[in-house]
Amino acid sequence: MMKYEPPLEKISVNIRETVVGHGEKALKIGGENTLPFHFFEGSLPNPPGLALEILDTEPENWAPSVLEPFEDVVSDPVKWAKKCVEVFGAEMLCLRLLSADPMGKNGSAEEAAEITKIVADAVDVPLIVWGTDMEEKDAQVLTQVARACSGKNLLLAPLVKGNYEEIAKAAMEHGHAIVAQASMDANLTKELNIALCKFFPPEKIVIDPTASALGYGLEYTFSIIEEIKQFGLADKDKMMQMPILCDFGGDCWRTKEAKENREQGILWEAITGITFILAGANLLILRHPEALKLIKEMVV
Amino acid sequence: MALTGIQIFKLLPKTNCKECGVPTCLAFAMNLASGKAELDSCPYVSDEAREKLAEASAPPIRPVKIGKGVRAATTGGETVQYRHEKTFYNPVLLGAMLGSDIAEADLETKLKTWNALQFERVGLNLRPELIALKDVNGDKDAFAQVAKKIAGTSEFNLILMTENTEVMKAGIEACGFKRPLMYAATAENIDAYAALAKENNLPVTVKADSVEGLIPLSEKLSEMGLKDIVIDSGSREIKQSHQDQVTIRRAALKDGNRALGFPTITFPCEMSSNLDMETLIASTFVAKYGGIVVLSDFAGESLFPLLLERLNIFTDPQRPMTVTEGIYEINNPDENSPVMVTTNFALTYFIVSGEIEGSRIPSWLLIKDSEGLSVMTAWAAGKFAGDDVGMFVKKSGIKDKVKQQELIIPGYAAAIAGDVEEELPGWTITVGPREAAHIPGFLKAK
Ligand code: SF4
Repeated sequence: MMKYEPPLEKISVNIRETVVGHGEKALKIGGENTLPFHFFEGSLPNPPGLALEILDTEPENWAPSVLEPFEDVVSDPVKWAKKCVEVFGAEMLCLRLLSADPMGKNGSAEEAAEITKIVADAVDVPLIVWGTDMEEKDAQVLTQVARACSGKNLLLAPLVKGNYEEIAKAAMEHGHAIVAQASMDANLTKELNIALCKFFPPEKIVIDPTASALGYGLEYTFSIIEEIKQFGLADKDKMMQMPILCDFGGDCWRTKEAKENREQGILWEAITGITFILAGANLLILRHPEALKLIKEMVV
Repeated sequence: MALTGIQIFKLLPKTNCKECGVPTCLAFAMNLASGKAELDSCPYVSDEAREKLAEASAPPIRPVKIGKGVRAATTGGETVQYRHEKTFYNPVLLGAMLGSDIAEADLETKLKTWNALQFERVGLNLRPELIALKDVNGDKDAFAQVAKKIAGTSEFNLILMTENTEVMKAGIEACGFKRPLMYAATAENIDAYAALAKENNLPVTVKADSVEGLIPLSEKLSEMGLKDIVIDSGSREIKQSHQDQVTIRRAALKDGNRALGFPTITFPCEMSSNLDMETLIASTFVAKYGGIVVLSDFAGESLFPLLLERLNIFTDPQRPMTVTEGIYEINNPDENSPVMVTTNFALTYFIVSGEIEGSRIPSWLLIKDSEGLSVMTAWAAGKFAGDDVGMFVKKSGIKDKVKQQELIIPGYAAAIAGDVEEELPGWTITVGPREAAHIPGFLKAK
């Protein structure tokens, strides 16, 4: 009998390492030269980043089981942020600027930037700042945020084809990282990265392929992440070597399956997260602290 | 490993008799290699050539059939490492474990509870397939009795877990007719287990303490003519176990390692002591290369997400999931409720109907067949054109259900409004939001 050699694949390039935040609690994501959990054939210097999300406005329509952990703090984003860090052990936060949503309160960019600054000053963990998902408004909001929080190395999101220039320029000027978002399409992801890299440092870009929850399109996200990682690692495509972010907590908790059963909801979110990590995600934005806990136990 | 046209040509008679329908043996060989012809079209291939060709064209990972009845299923048969390269074919089988010392009343309760765990989704019935019956005390009569009860009174198929030949024999006697999976042949009992598997024509697991250790065992079974083999590399630690799954799949697909070209069995139930963690571990094997996943229990809130994960991962990426064209009632609509129309892409349907449901506003949702494309792509591809949509609404019968005549179309298909209107005289066509998340706000503002 021939001696068995496990077939290993050594890859000579790395996913870029992106730093979010500043000071002692700054977090690195990415940096691996192999697929997730493939410790046997490569190195994965940083575990996946796990962020808990908070809103700058009191949430509406959140399922009771995901509201419950935050009930005492939702009216105050600073308290909310602190509770996530101190009680739930979050090592990163994602602040969503719902107050500026043109479909909702439509607050000004200045106000949103002000709240962001207050939250960013109150906690020492890295902060993802998520705009309104409205292209034009985000151009205003995120540039203001970049200015107000100069030097904090926030991760600003989302930058899309229609607004990346303005926001990326402000991010560069004030020392922030950015999230480049292209919906479920590897080619569009690459195009946007190429456009950004003409003037923006590639190591400060994180890819958002847009994520869908379990049962609601998980397979598309899963495969697009795998594809991007194959392009980046196996094909050595430099424009596909940025770390990948998945934002799906909200989508999970909007499903009726999560709303109707707390335990099921937590597993819904945790399984969605683990599946994306297995595909290659480097950073997850989560909503329920129990989901955070479960995923952490799995990956660390 | 698939053979090339030239390799196949060498095995053919080379007489160019044309009976296969093409002028030369070489042309036929080329067609065979590219899957355009069937070997049976040539009446003159020798048995030896036939065997060689069959072996070469056998899938790199053997599909193994387990069980009988409505929950009979196949595991293995995969041909790619990543689903986007083609597709995964045979969904991971899910099982839960029972000890052979279970009291009769408890067994009845379990079977009843577990059997009720079935979920409807896009016209599919999602449910687990297997019960792993574990011999806990060497009592072969108890083992056989439980096996018999499961086989006789439930739809579940069985994994018979014992390394004791006598106990295994008793189990097979009790439930062999349901084609249980034998677990497991080891270096110690392999001769007896191989004989049992052969005699009863059953699938059999080989278990070793490493991937390498599996090879001589599975080779031995293959040499004895056994084909339906499942492999367990023995690891009960997540990192090692994940590594084993990945390297086994790779060895079978890339290196053509026949000794590892079998579906695997994994045991999250032996890898964690709480069901939540166990469920997460199971979810990693669903995504990454488990053939069978055995849990310590089935509970609705952990099983349902796993079943859905499996459904998602094993969906053919080339063929989008669709829902049936027609009228869908959400929140008990009446004759004054709004009427919306969208495409039959399952995701579109789930997201739109979910948002409407969440808004609590009674509504009619019309689903038009658009070949499983989302609104934006369907519109761009002409599968959600104005006249088609209008015609569909006309024929759908919604007119008899509502008094008002307003149709809300998706924001991304705003351009079709005029054409729909033409097809539906008397109706007002309103352009709804682009994003499903804005539907509740839109409906409330009406
Ligand atoms: S029938 Fe067989 S022998 Fe005849 S030409 Fe075709 S391949 Fe050759």
